[in-house]
Amino acid sequence: MTRPRLTWVGTFSRMADLRRKMDSVAQVSDEDWLRLLRVPGEQAQAAHRELHALLVRGLRIGLAGRPSAEALIDDFAQEATLRVLAHLDEFRGDSSFVNWALAIAVRVALSELRRARWHDVSLDALTSDLRAEVTLHVPTKEAPTPERAAARAQILAALGQVMFSDLTARQRQLIAAELRGMPQEEIAAQMGTNRNALYKLGHDARLKLQRGLERLGLSADQVMWAFDE
Amino acid sequence: MALKLAEVRSLVRAALATRPVEIGCDDCLAQVAAYAERELAGLPVSEALRLVEQHLGNCPECREEYEALLAALRGAMQR
Repeated sequence: MTRPRLTWVGTFSRMADLRRKMDSVAQVSDEDWLRLLRVPGEQAQAAHRELHALLVRGLRIGLAGRPSAEALIDDFAQEATLRVLAHLDEFRGDSSFVNWALAIAVRVALSELRRARWHDVSLDALTSDLRAEVTLHVPTKEAPTPERAAARAQILAALGQVMFSDLTARQRQLIAAELRGMPQEEIAAQMGTNRNALYKLGHDARLKLQRGLERLGLSADQVMWAFDE
Repeated sequence: MALKLAEVRSLVRAALATRPVEIGCDDCLAQVAAYAERELAGLPVSEALRLVEQHLGNCPECREEYEALLAALRGAMQR
């Protein structure tokens, strides 16, 4: 696979230096990885083992500080290796092959860890308070000035108008669940969709909310000021 | 729907930061290693990777994954 032509010598040199520093990348070229992983036989099995070992090593460093991950790293690497093998044709050569594979492994691992933390939480229960208004819960001691309170009321009314007139029920539920910290993997699983489709659903919702705020005629700074502490 | 102050702030910030064209999590994953390599090489973000940068600003899950990837790559460089 040919890398895209880099436009200036300095860029090429620095990227090459970077890749030389990553020992695994220096030993096996991207072309060799792809060739070895695709051809059935002993060489492919050896390449699978090598890739798995590299992913284990990368995950140990990347997930350091997450005690819940330690016992699962081998499983994550195994699942990631299978996923990489299933998606070899999607490698475009923008980065080194091993780094691309490691990005997939990190997603596999963190997705599993997030889901493990949230799988007992019901999306419907978490968002059961969706009603036709958006209210703000602020402790009495943090009461805002009259000017800020007026701006907040105006903005909350606009958000409520969009939330309950323009957004779909799924978009409302997504927004509420995200605000309460539920990860997208778990929301997607409970909605019967996937993270990518969910992001697009959320993007459309955020655009509608943005338009609702724009209709107020306030600048972004004025909107943020209203909710300063 | 009762929101805390931090939740409203998060909602309006996300809405205001939204761009008409954004990539999704899958496109981000396809390019995030290239983005990380440029970061580690101290190179500016290329035009082609601007959408990755923007997505990382909007998507906490992809941001968390990017930071873990960056840590892993930094570790590989130091060995």
